[in-house]
Amino acid sequence: MKYWTIVYAGLTRKKWRTILTISSIAIAFLLFGLLRSVAVAFTEEIDLAGDDRLVVMSKLSFIEPLPFSYWQRLKSIEGVKQVAHREWFGGTYQDRSNFFPKWPVPPKEYFEVYSNLIISEKEKNDFINTRTGMVVGKRLAERFNWKLGDKIPIMGDIYPKKDGEMLWTFDLVGIFSNPDNLNDEDQAFLNYYYFDEARAFGEGTIGNFVVQVDDKGNNERIAKEIDTMFANSSDETKTGTEASFSKMFASQIGDVGFIMNSILSAVFFTILLVTGNTMSQAIRERTSELAVFKTIGYLDSTILLLVLAESVILCLLGAIIGIGLALFLFFGGGLQDSLYGFFGDIVFKPSIVGSAALLALITAVVSGLPPALFAMRLKVVDALRRN
Amino acid sequence: MSWFNQIIAVTNMNLRTVLERSGSSLVVVIGIAGSVAVMVSLLAMAQGLNSTIASTGDDSRALILREGSDSELSSGISMQDINIIENSPGIMKFDEEPMVAAEIFTIIDLKKKGTEETSNLPLRGVQGMSFTIRPEFEIIEGVNFQPGTGQVIVGKGAADQYQGLEVGNEIDIRNSKWKVVGIFSTEGDVHESEVWADLTYTQGAFRRGASASVAIVKLEDDQSLDKLGIFVENDPRLKLKVERESDFYNNQSSGASSVINAFGYTVAVIMAIGALFAALNTMYSAVSTRLVEIGTLRAIGFQGSSVLFALMLESMILALFGGLLGSGIAYLMFNGYTVSTLAGGSFSQTSFAFAVTADIVRQGLILALVVGTFGGILPAWKASRQDITEALRAI
Repeated sequence: MKYWTIVYAGLTRKKWRTILTISSIAIAFLLFGLLRSVAVAFTEEIDLAGDDRLVVMSKLSFIEPLPFSYWQRLKSIEGVKQVAHREWFGGTYQDRSNFFPKWPVPPKEYFEVYSNLIISEKEKNDFINTRTGMVVGKRLAERFNWKLGDKIPIMGDIYPKKDGEMLWTFDLVGIFSNPDNLNDEDQAFLNYYYFDEARAFGEGTIGNFVVQVDDKGNNERIAKEIDTMFANSSDETKTGTEASFSKMFASQIGDVGFIMNSILSAVFFTILLVTGNTMSQAIRERTSELAVFKTIGYLDSTILLLVLAESVILCLLGAIIGIGLALFLFFGGGLQDSLYGFFGDIVFKPSIVGSAALLALITAVVSGLPPALFAMRLKVVDALRRN
Repeated sequence: MSWFNQIIAVTNMNLRTVLERSGSSLVVVIGIAGSVAVMVSLLAMAQGLNSTIASTGDDSRALILREGSDSELSSGISMQDINIIENSPGIMKFDEEPMVAAEIFTIIDLKKKGTEETSNLPLRGVQGMSFTIRPEFEIIEGVNFQPGTGQVIVGKGAADQYQGLEVGNEIDIRNSKWKVVGIFSTEGDVHESEVWADLTYTQGAFRRGASASVAIVKLEDDQSLDKLGIFVENDPRLKLKVERESDFYNNQSSGASSVINAFGYTVAVIMAIGALFAALNTMYSAVSTRLVEIGTLRAIGFQGSSVLFALMLESMILALFGGLLGSGIAYLMFNGYTVSTLAGGSFSQTSFAFAVTADIVRQGLILALVVGTFGGILPAWKASRQDITEALRAI
């Protein structure tokens, strides 16, 4: 700590330079925080045991329906607690810009499997007992100003009714909430039994199943058992956790990892150059001072560490500000919400902070070492003569 | 010496010493090159995707979809409806046959090269007339499929991006093996990202009964689209809509690339701010190491404003170099680089090549110049206002 004054004096020698350098490092780490979060969402390995819900879809593709008869067979598997299912309805409410997902589901089982969705007993029973029933998330109801008892017209695009009519009308019988994940509240659920009976084609089929397991430790075994059960049938299945199902789309956006990494390398190469240049300039200006330090008995190694300390402080301060800004944009600036529609649920992983700290140290050493070595190897006589 | 000549003289002097100060000048050049390279690559990606989708479709063709559908995937049309449509006026004839083709658009899951996870590959069930309607279609390897069999042909882009789509290979689809017999091209449009199979065979395998997804129609002339539209609207049996093929794909393209565009601009602006700090830093130190020079110039009668302009010019010229370098790097690394991505409404993979266009390079250079101007103006202002005696005392 006794050297702090010297390091501090070095940093504040040219305040503008220090502030500008820290700012450009901060920008690099801001981008690092944002881009890594997006890239992690795309490329992260899925932990098969991290979820107590498995999704069963057709092996052919996610739009290919599965037979209704699979439902009972799935329920009979050991370790399976409950099975629900859902189908993509498509359709438009009033205008195309009013997009929200609409899922025909079995009312009773769906809210058992998704017990994290909060709905009153009465409204749940109304949903079970109303053929044309629809329940929506709280946020969605607020967005369109819907109240219980409203009739909601939806113009179909995939499914016409048996009489060829494209307009479906549903009765709003319940509003659910999920304070833990408000994005869940942007969906609507329709009564599957009415939908299945009324649709012009596809009767008796199911989009995909959601299987709730007793113990998520058994996920791998149960997923395998399901896929083996239907192997070599004409409707083979592919089973994974919910997380893997939603990542199925994210990972398909393409070589995102490659593109993100290219951007980040460009950013860091640039920053390395800037800090390196600033550091060496700062040290060269101080050649004679360093020589004086040496003359009065500072060790070469002390000089090396003093210069490195400056560079570490610059980089760490920059990293803290940059990551702080990224966090602010994520949680304060609503970035998480606005990315949701396109990338799915993007979370700021704590591991990003760790890798940012490591990267800051590496940047500090790589950019600080050449000037530090220059300072260490400086011969007192030469340095003083330069003046 | 006139004011203008002064600027030239000082700029000249500055530029001749740039090489001496190469370390710090390089920081400006490379800082800006980095931002420009990132922006140009991302915009080139959006542009490539956009033009691939938008280049699909022809003014003289129409798509018929289910009323309310805006993608081929959600659309559906029965074969009965197709028979009715064949009687509509405005449809061109080929060998006495109306040029109407029913097509299924669906998805199969296959693995892309170098991945373990499957991706959504579009599969199109087509009729013989589909080829006649699209003169751009061409078999570039192997042969076309035999109607009524499980043979398929693969678009050039799909063959590049996916595993096991070479001629002679087999794809597993629902307990049966479909054999790849040819590779086709369609002048670089989205169909090259698809696999094509026989319509009837596809209807069987995908349990579509007597229905397809869309109908594609070759129009006779400019008025034909309206005639066809009126015919479809007036027949109470048809719950369909008619759209010009080129309009359909133009609408699809805007959604797909706007996200990448927005992302590209955001990242580029953030990076440009970083580059601006770097440029300011460099220009400040460039000015402070040249205080004596500047003081001398002022002492022998150069005006403050000409020093200011000359320093700004220096910064802008460095920035321009950075911009050119960045665009060049982006061009060499990415122009023509082919990737495939999940494109908007079709929920399926479209492969496309990055396209670094003149307009994108122009935008990159503008970004570079903006950073160069702002990076130069403050330090230059400081230098031009410097007290001459103070500056010369530094000797």
